[in-house]
Amino acid sequence: MQQTPNAHAVPGSGERPQETVLSLTHAAKTFGPVVALADGTIEIQAGEIHALVGENGAGKSTLVKILAGLHHPDSGDFRLSGEPVHFRNVAESKAAGISVIYQEPTLFPDLTVAENIFIGRQPKGRSRLISRSEMRRQAAELFRRLGVPIDPSRVAEGLSIADQQIIEIAKAISLDAKVLVMDEPTAALSGVEVDRLFAVARALRDKGTGILFISHRFDEVFDLCDRITVMRDGRYIATHRTADVTVERIVREMVGRDIATLFPKAEAEIGHTVLKVEGLSSAGVFRDISFEVRAGEIVALAGLVGAGRTEVARAVFGIDPYDSGRIEVEGKPLKARDPQAAIAAGLGFVPEDRRKQGLVMNLSVARNVTLTLREKFLTAGLINGAKERRAAQEWSKRLQVKAGSQEHAVSTLSGGNQQKVVLAKWLATDPRLLIIDEPTRGIDVGTKSEVHRLISDLAVRGIAILMISSELPEVLGMADRVLVMREGRITAHLDRAAADPESVMHAATSSTGVTE
Amino acid sequence: MSETTTPRSKPAPAAAVADSTKPLADEPKGRTGAARILASRDAITIYALLAFLVYAAITIPRFASPVTTGFLLLDVIPVLLIAMPMTLIIITGEIDLSVASTAGLTSALMGVLWAGGMDIWLVLAICLLAGTAAGMFNGFLIAVLGLPSLAVTIGTLALFRGLALVVIGDNAVANFPKELTAFFTSKLGGTGIPTVMIGVVLVMLFFGILLHFTPFGRGLYAMGYSKEAATFVGIKVARSKFWLYVASGVVASLAGIYWTLRYTSARSDNASGLELAVIAAVLLGGVSIFGGKGTIPGVIAGVLLIGTLNYALRLGRVSDVVLITVTGLLLIASVVAPSIGSGIKEWRHTRRVRRSFSRDTGGGSTAPHRVQKTDRTKEKENNDV
Repeated sequence: MQQTPNAHAVPGSGERPQETVLSLTHAAKTFGPVVALADGTIEIQAGEIHALVGENGAGKSTLVKILAGLHHPDSGDFRLSGEPVHFRNVAESKAAGISVIYQEPTLFPDLTVAENIFIGRQPKGRSRLISRSEMRRQAAELFRRLGVPIDPSRVAEGLSIADQQIIEIAKAISLDAKVLVMDEPTAALSGVEVDRLFAVARALRDKGTGILFISHRFDEVFDLCDRITVMRDGRYIATHRTADVTVERIVREMVGRDIATLFPKAEAEIGHTVLKVEGLSSAGVFRDISFEVRAGEIVALAGLVGAGRTEVARAVFGIDPYDSGRIEVEGKPLKARDPQAAIAAGLGFVPEDRRKQGLVMNLSVARNVTLTLREKFLTAGLINGAKERRAAQEWSKRLQVKAGSQEHAVSTLSGGNQQKVVLAKWLATDPRLLIIDEPTRGIDVGTKSEVHRLISDLAVRGIAILMISSELPEVLGMADRVLVMREGRITAHLDRAAADPESVMHAATSSTGVTE
Repeated sequence: MSETTTPRSKPAPAAAVADSTKPLADEPKGRTGAARILASRDAITIYALLAFLVYAAITIPRFASPVTTGFLLLDVIPVLLIAMPMTLIIITGEIDLSVASTAGLTSALMGVLWAGGMDIWLVLAICLLAGTAAGMFNGFLIAVLGLPSLAVTIGTLALFRGLALVVIGDNAVANFPKELTAFFTSKLGGTGIPTVMIGVVLVMLFFGILLHFTPFGRGLYAMGYSKEAATFVGIKVARSKFWLYVASGVVASLAGIYWTLRYTSARSDNASGLELAVIAAVLLGGVSIFGGKGTIPGVIAGVLLIGTLNYALRLGRVSDVVLITVTGLLLIASVVAPSIGSGIKEWRHTRRVRRSFSRDTGGGSTAPHRVQKTDRTKEKENNDV
């Protein structure tokens, strides 16, 4: 039954027949050229905890946003207790009984706990004014039911993330939620807090609430959940009863895809060491990071979102400070906190957020391409427009940027072409090392392989490449070596031959990392 | 999106995509560079200025004369000066409200020092230093400590004006050297153009070249749109901002000196309220209050347009109340007009998409409202994916 791509074919969990409280079938959602969700299918029963797992970019967040009423699916069938629903906004989804708790709750810091729970629907007293005492009483009652001691009259500011989540759950209960969606709730919690959260979740399940639990941590998924749904590339893959399945099988389903055909990696000659990082630490962010990248080599930094990969790259490039350690580029120490020095030393950085970090969206293609090498177009100290235009033209042509004109704002280009403009901008500086953070995020499948081909070409030309990617196939298909990070530390150094989905996923998720 | 954009490639097998790429054409399609410049936001301000000048010259007697040119320019010089650094500051997404108070403080200092018997050139040097210090103070709070410029400069607006009062009190100093005050109102031959205009033109050239032809200026646009994107290309955001505020302080003190000598009066309330006139003119000149957009030629046209309008209405014996109202309406119109323009564009785009949609699906609708989404909202949603 596991491979049926259809929720209707998935029977309920065996012995005790249950009522399906929420079902989403074949939901699709696209944003311009980007397909965020191709087949979102999930079915949640009353009184079960249902896990949703998948790699980053598998479409989990889009699915959650559809449930929450933030996105409208382009197609598909969405039912609550058998009735078709079409949510136009978050309020309608909430009113229908779906509550979503995000990783970082968004409480109003200056309001009290009770005010946060009853915001917008405060209980009124006889005078038609808000009755604070009634609000406090109801909030205290909610916390008593949840078995957690939180003072309803304290302000929300200063509460731990765990307590804030409990308050969100209390809010959900007070709204009489039939379905509770928890999007990576444990990412920022300590062990004790996780236990308390799970106790609350189990209590709610036993009272008949359907819970959708999204997590990257398999131990938690297997500990807490009754059933598991796997997604990959925006598609439903399978639903299993937890008792019938192993971690290995789930991992295989999450990453299973023919990697070789997607990533045309060319063999490059590996040369001298370009970047050498030794014992780099930044309190609370990452610790004791050491690695090298050589000319012509593609080194991937793999791991889950939040493992500290981007932070390491930002520190290397001089955007953020670090506490200790050294960075050398071609044998010379690199100045900390100085991106200009990093660029001068031959570093380039293609950041993960193109719209905010990689490009100046309202500037033209040409201006963006030449933004990094402003100094190179000077004639007697002033910018020479003709030189600038020629360089922009040349680089957009080399990378085959498809745009109506050099003068069009980059915001009018598709994601893939925007990424090419970012690459062009850095290639124009003739870099020795290029840091590429999530090279294909938000890019459609066709253009993805074009970007991969480009990166591979750069390595062949002798540029050292440090690639951060949350997409396992991309990591395994492109990298000569894979460094896996988890919770701010490098937990595995894997050679191309040793890197496979299981070893990378294992090092990224479980606490006992494999080292070479 | 307009029809000039090339269609995006459809997802296809990897090899096919690699081969079917259509690289950027050598000759830009659609609107050429020249056409783009001629239709840009600041060009429109320049047209408006020219149109109004022609209209005023024809309809208002005595308008087209060297006397008009002289008085008009003498009146707009303080705004014109301060608008230059202000343009750069607003392009980076910040603001400086303390400029008029800096000018007032300079004027007060000038009066007291001159009345105290100091050499006039030393007085002028100290005044410029005071402006520099005022700018450094703003720059330190905003660029180094990272405080919001709106709050900081509202504070220094009051602070510098207060200091001016402390320095000179309710007194006024008027007995400045005759040859100096005469120089400040003198004209270049029979043209009616004030001699000091030469200096003002130099300031305009300085800021125009700085903004449009130097790497520093390029960096300001990037900063105004996204500080992070600017940091990622090695632009020193804090340092650039600090020097902009210093420049603003220096130019404000120049305006204060001009004001004092042009009206031969050093008082604590000189140039009071000028900051709003400057900002209004800058915005009218096509600079975006959100940063990232604007040009010096546009701003010069904006300043001259407001100045000419005021002068013409005054010649026509229109009361000050009407003057202020007209200026206000003009400013609102200039801010609203681009939104109306893009609104119309979106509406036309929506209609086109809707028409092609109903053609494709034979009018059937799973949910047509989704397809009508404009590119801008799509972009926003892409961010959330």
